[in-house]
Amino acid sequence: MSDVSAAVREPWPDLTVQRQGVGLGIWVFLASEVLFFGALITAYGIYRSIHPAAFLAAAKHTELVYGTINTVLLLTSSVTMTVALRAAEARLRRATIGCLAVTLVLGVGFLLCKGLEYRDDLREGFFPGAGFPLADPPTQLFWMLYWIMTGIHAIHLSAGILVVGVVAMLFWRRVLPVQDSTMEGIATYWHFVDTVWILLFPLLYLVGRI
Amino acid sequence: MTEVATDMTLPFAPVEETGAASYLDEGHTIMSWLATTDHKRIAILYAVSITIFFFIGGAAIALVRLELIEPHGWFLTSDAYNRLFTLHGIIMVWFFLVPSIPATMGNFLLPLMIGARDVAFPRLNLLSWYLYVIGAAFTVYVVIAGGVDTGWTFYPPLSSNYANGQVVAAAAGVFVVGFSSIATGVNFIVTTHMLRAPGMTWFRLPLFCWSMYTVSLVMVLATPVLAMSLLLIVAERAFGLPVFDAAHGGDPVLFQHIFWFYSHPAVYIMILPAMGVVSEIFACFARRQVFGYAFMVYALLAIAVIGFMVWGHHMFVAGQSQLANLVFSFLSFMVAVPSAIKVFNWIATMYRGQIGFEAPMLYALGFLGLFTIGGLTGLFLASVPIDVATTDSYFVVAHFHTIMVGGTVSAFMAGIHYWWPKVTGRLYHEFFAQFAAITMFLGFNVTFLPQFVMGWQGMPRRYHTYPEVFQVWHVISSLGAGILVVAYTLPLIYLGWSLFRGERASDNPWHATGLEWQTPSPPPKENFHHVPVIDAEPYMYHETGHPREPGEPTPVREQGE
Repeated sequence: MSDVSAAVREPWPDLTVQRQGVGLGIWVFLASEVLFFGALITAYGIYRSIHPAAFLAAAKHTELVYGTINTVLLLTSSVTMTVALRAAEARLRRATIGCLAVTLVLGVGFLLCKGLEYRDDLREGFFPGAGFPLADPPTQLFWMLYWIMTGIHAIHLSAGILVVGVVAMLFWRRVLPVQDSTMEGIATYWHFVDTVWILLFPLLYLVGRI
Repeated sequence: MTEVATDMTLPFAPVEETGAASYLDEGHTIMSWLATTDHKRIAILYAVSITIFFFIGGAAIALVRLELIEPHGWFLTSDAYNRLFTLHGIIMVWFFLVPSIPATMGNFLLPLMIGARDVAFPRLNLLSWYLYVIGAAFTVYVVIAGGVDTGWTFYPPLSSNYANGQVVAAAAGVFVVGFSSIATGVNFIVTTHMLRAPGMTWFRLPLFCWSMYTVSLVMVLATPVLAMSLLLIVAERAFGLPVFDAAHGGDPVLFQHIFWFYSHPAVYIMILPAMGVVSEIFACFARRQVFGYAFMVYALLAIAVIGFMVWGHHMFVAGQSQLANLVFSFLSFMVAVPSAIKVFNWIATMYRGQIGFEAPMLYALGFLGLFTIGGLTGLFLASVPIDVATTDSYFVVAHFHTIMVGGTVSAFMAGIHYWWPKVTGRLYHEFFAQFAAITMFLGFNVTFLPQFVMGWQGMPRRYHTYPEVFQVWHVISSLGAGILVVAYTLPLIYLGWSLFRGERASDNPWHATGLEWQTPSPPPKENFHHVPVIDAEPYMYHETGHPREPGEPTPVREQGE
């Protein structure tokens, strides 16, 4: 049990309260993140309501196959992350680290798949500017939002992968015990990044195919 | 009453036990400061950084005021003029006013006031200061690389397509410093929820803690929206994406909506902490309980909530629908109600009190007057027809400076003087402080009352040259700015002197009741040696006015004697 007391940091009285504190902190931070993406999704909503036809036309050209594969990858990673958290609460150290590793692989798989999709998008010229393949100017607004939304999401996912990797390493080397409050924080963040994707997937891939 | 109050203040940190170890004695190396996680030291780091930026921002506007003495300018090019007022706005808003009270006094006092050892996440707290420094580095780069001329509001298409300055670097600086705000906000919210000492119920929190809690809510929920607005500007300027480009069907007014969704609440980020500070000071220097404590709390919460719903009043002339104008106008009037409740409650707090006119109280009284003027002129501007006539005039400039500078800076100075003995363990020269307080109040009014007049007469803001009929007002205003230079420089001198030569302060020189005064000055690293237990309401001063005499036992037992 000595490693557990090492996980308690100032100014917390014990690990239970500390875990609650970290949980509250991460939820407050995610409230901030919701507003961050909220501004972007609002911009999408407003532009779509002004240019419904152009958005319909532009959204037909997103790569549904890549998007669907990525949705599957990310939702599966949420499952493994949840299992990791439950395992950590049950102090199953190896199960926790194993599940985190699978989560990492799925996350990296998402980024690779996204990279391939970006390559195809660029090959077809769907970056706003001169030589854009669609004639109606507001179609470029849709693709502008596509790049910004998926780009910011990918940055969030990359940050998540980095942090999960570091934490898994600290668990592996026994610097931190798995029941440490950190696990609560990274799991909640990971689910948030997935939730954002669940919103982006229909907005970018499905709306053009109704 | 006195009995209960005495019970409240157990000797949490008797002097004989503390020995020499104040938080200032825990290491004297540079690294002991730069790698500290002590909330008190981080507060000092912030105080030094924002003071530097206050004087940079002040120097920029001093040049502008000097230039405006002549109707056609006399030593600046129009381009340099634009860059100077933009720099002034960016620095004063994001690098001074927004972090001013929360990052310094909030960091130092919130844990002390609730009886905690530190904030919830001390390392995150240090990270927030480093984020501030990184954001500041971007801004310094902007200054060196030639500045930016978009105004602090970064409106497209000027900022995205036409401006020549360092828009991307300036936006990056503000973006990064925003994360520092969010980190502080998250920290304060969790601290207030989780780390209150036994017996410190929500309605026993000092109003300063409530103000820190509400301002943290606004910081956490508003700042990310600013971050997104800046990110979109950078996407358009640096990557050529047609975000707000009307040629592609984009809408520049969308930027204004996103920007003001943050930047109006930002005004409350500046003023809520100021309200917290003066609430402490009025009670202490009138020797009275705060009148209507519960409503003071509700008013803070109401301002924070309604403050999120009024941003459209910045766009009355930007092509918003008449219905939207009407709704935003109504809501802007609504936000005046809790603000007025606070003003009346402060006055009622002082009613029949034994008022002492020490420097903190003078600054706080200055706040009260200026906040009232700023608030009432805000009602003029909340009314659509008046705003249409005065949009982008000096009337608007004078209005928001009266709130943000007159209000927040007065309260900031009040707080600095009030808690100075606690933070440093030293006393400052009272007469100089009183003189500076009065000078600041006079200088402020000489600067901005003429701006109300010329704005009403039609002088537009941000113009480099103007018709000669306005010259007399500009000259008076610049004269006031000169007085303000004196008023802002004086504290630097006598507080600096106090830091090294000042008389040692007792633990509770104002005979105040707050928990922060029940521990030595300066406090030990762990704040309290015993966990304090609270069993009474805050502000246990006299029920009715009663003189404060040197020999008389105060409601609070002094720890230093």
